[in-house]
Amino acid sequence: MIPLSWYLILSAGLFSVGLFGVLSRRNAIAILLGVELMLNAVNINLVAFWRYGSVADMAGQVFAIIVFAVAAAEVAVGLALVISVYRQRRTVIAGDLDMMKW
Amino acid sequence: MTTETLIWLIPLPPLLAFSLIILFANRNKALSHMIALGGAVLSWAFAMLVFVRALGVHELAKEPFASAINWIPTADTWLRVGVLVDPLAAIGLFFVAWTILMIFVYSVGYHNFGQPAGEHDTPGLPPHGATIERDGHKHKVPSVEPLYSRFFAFISLFAFGMFTLVVSDNLLTLFVGWEVMGLCSYLLIGFWYAKPSARDAGVKAFMTTRVGDVFMLLGIAFVYSATGTLSFRGIFEPRVLQTLASVPTPILGLSAAGLIGLLLFIGTVGKSAQFPLHVWLPDAMEGPTPVSAMIHAATMVSAGVFMVIRIFPLLSLDPRTMTIVAFVGAFTALFGATIAVAQNDIKRVLAYSTISQLGYMIAALGAGAYVAAAFHLVTHAFFKALLFLGSGSVIHGMEHGVLHTAKHIDAQDMFSMGGLRRKMPITFWTFLIGGLALSGFPLVTAGFWSKDEILASTYGGHMAVFVTLAIAAFLTAFYTARQLTLTFLGEPRTDAAAHAQESVWSMTLPLVILSVFAVGLGWVGIPEHFPGIGGIVPNWFHQFVGSTLGELRQAEFSWIPLITSLVVALGGLLVGWMAYRNVRSTTQDPLQIPVLKNKWYVDEIYSALLIKPCVWIAETLVYQIMDKGLIDGFLHLFGKGTAAIGGGLRTIIDKPVINAFFGDGTSWVVQGTGRTLRPMQSGRIQQYMVASLLAIIVLAGLAYFLSVSF
Repeated sequence: MIPLSWYLILSAGLFSVGLFGVLSRRNAIAILLGVELMLNAVNINLVAFWRYGSVADMAGQVFAIIVFAVAAAEVAVGLALVISVYRQRRTVIAGDLDMMKW
Repeated sequence: MTTETLIWLIPLPPLLAFSLIILFANRNKALSHMIALGGAVLSWAFAMLVFVRALGVHELAKEPFASAINWIPTADTWLRVGVLVDPLAAIGLFFVAWTILMIFVYSVGYHNFGQPAGEHDTPGLPPHGATIERDGHKHKVPSVEPLYSRFFAFISLFAFGMFTLVVSDNLLTLFVGWEVMGLCSYLLIGFWYAKPSARDAGVKAFMTTRVGDVFMLLGIAFVYSATGTLSFRGIFEPRVLQTLASVPTPILGLSAAGLIGLLLFIGTVGKSAQFPLHVWLPDAMEGPTPVSAMIHAATMVSAGVFMVIRIFPLLSLDPRTMTIVAFVGAFTALFGATIAVAQNDIKRVLAYSTISQLGYMIAALGAGAYVAAAFHLVTHAFFKALLFLGSGSVIHGMEHGVLHTAKHIDAQDMFSMGGLRRKMPITFWTFLIGGLALSGFPLVTAGFWSKDEILASTYGGHMAVFVTLAIAAFLTAFYTARQLTLTFLGEPRTDAAAHAQESVWSMTLPLVILSVFAVGLGWVGIPEHFPGIGGIVPNWFHQFVGSTLGELRQAEFSWIPLITSLVVALGGLLVGWMAYRNVRSTTQDPLQIPVLKNKWYVDEIYSALLIKPCVWIAETLVYQIMDKGLIDGFLHLFGKGTAAIGGGLRTIIDKPVINAFFGDGTSWVVQGTGRTLRPMQSGRIQQYMVASLLAIIVLAGLAYFLSVSF
């Protein structure tokens, strides 16, 4: 078997890419893409630790499934919010949505 | 009721009347004169009762009616005040009670009680007359005085003052009565307060008598500090008098007794209108005639003489004081008489006559003849009151004529009168009796006996006084004859005089009663050595009043004073009558000499010497220069200085440090901080996420390093 650390490095790298995308993309949908990447990276992490830990304990897999479900729901909600915001503001650039400030 | 209680009660009814009228009866004319007359009658009754009882006492001077109470506590004793009726006070009560009662009755008619109110009458001005319809005809009749009740209230208060003065046994309550009368004099002279001349006259009277009163108060204080008592019997104890006579004072070389006497005498100079403080009395004629009669003829000015007679034991101790007194009296007698001969106003003649007659009494006292002075005091009170009330009746009659003829002439100018004997008979005969009494018409008038006694007492010992008084007596008879002739004899010189009318009974009855006294009162004082009738009736007055001071020598009889008084009286009357029989107007009057008419310019001298400098000191020196200039100037300077300091501090400290540095600086810092930190809340989600990422990295690093180090 390949060492666990390869999976973890992959996961970390994916997470960083996702984080970078969240922090630097203008388009709100692109930010959601980044969020998805981060969540998937977390999933890889979880499954890797399950595989290289105790296989019999199903908690790892269950956790990953829940994360999938939550990610999907969250994306749905996020997109709905983006569409609603677009209808109001005619923009999907996250930087323009700065009403929640002083 | 004991006599002492009665004496205490004598001054009270008029005081009560004053209070009742002021509080309750101000709008009700009939009620107010009833209350006032009731008070006067009660006081008169008590006074006469006391007088009669006093007559019955043997040796009243040694055992007078006296009663005193403790009043002011002083250290370990009391100042006692009380009443004393010795022979002097007894006759004082007699003449005061009678004259006051007569004047109260007279005032009812004088102020036209019962007449309608005038249409144009304002309170504070003399009434002008009312128009009434009668038989379809409009007549002007005299109108009632608007301030009727006020008048009766004031004369009641005055009566209280006078009675207090007469019965008091000490200088303090005497002074209280003195000052109450001074106040009433001011109020009553200025009774018609809307007339500026009356107001000024009231102030002048009060101020002038005040000058005298200040010295009198000094005298009272001196007495108290020297003897420890203010009661007459205490001061006149032989021991006390001897001590006072022997203590010298630095003023004029007088002994203490002399100085006290002089100071108290100056009070009389003011109150009894002697030269140089006489200037208020002629101006006081601005008041209604009953006021002139009561205050300025019969009672208040007599109070000054009364007081001097009272303190005679003290006064007589120092011959220098006596000389001053005699000189002032004699000078005033002549001075007043010279002015009276040139006056045209009927009341002014009588005013100067009063000044002159009071001078007689003072001169007599200065010469040592206090019984003669007391005698003249009593007779003068009656015939002078009679003359003044008579003049008031004449003026009323003239005013009736003025209303009838609707021409404006001065109702008091004798040159507008004439022939009034036919129109006003009662007034004429009573005025004649009074005038003859004043001149000293022999035998049948009281004035003759009293004046003769004064002349007899001054002859021999004080010849300068005698001669002066004799000349003054001649002038007195002269101006009296002038007055009688111009007013009553001859023919009316104006229409108003032709339409004059006799006055109502309430005015003429007092005239008649007073004339009885003016005739008969002299007969109680006929000297024993008088040729013919002397000795038939004992000289009761001399014995009665003379006993107050112990034995008094009767003047040696001499023909010369008697002849002198007969000559001057009859001669003066004759010359006056003959000179004015045919005079029609002032141009024919030989005595309209400016110096005399203008009262020897004394008022003008006082105005230039005393009044103008005083006004200058008050207005310019004290007010403009000291008060506004110095004191206010200093305050303004102080204010400006303080304001400058305040401004400076503001510029140096307040504005730059407090305002700019602390105030503005703080806000600048806070604003700056806010400006700096605000961009942190950009509302941009990505920025927030970067910030939280950084925070997590920092915290994680901290947690790692901290957990590793432990």
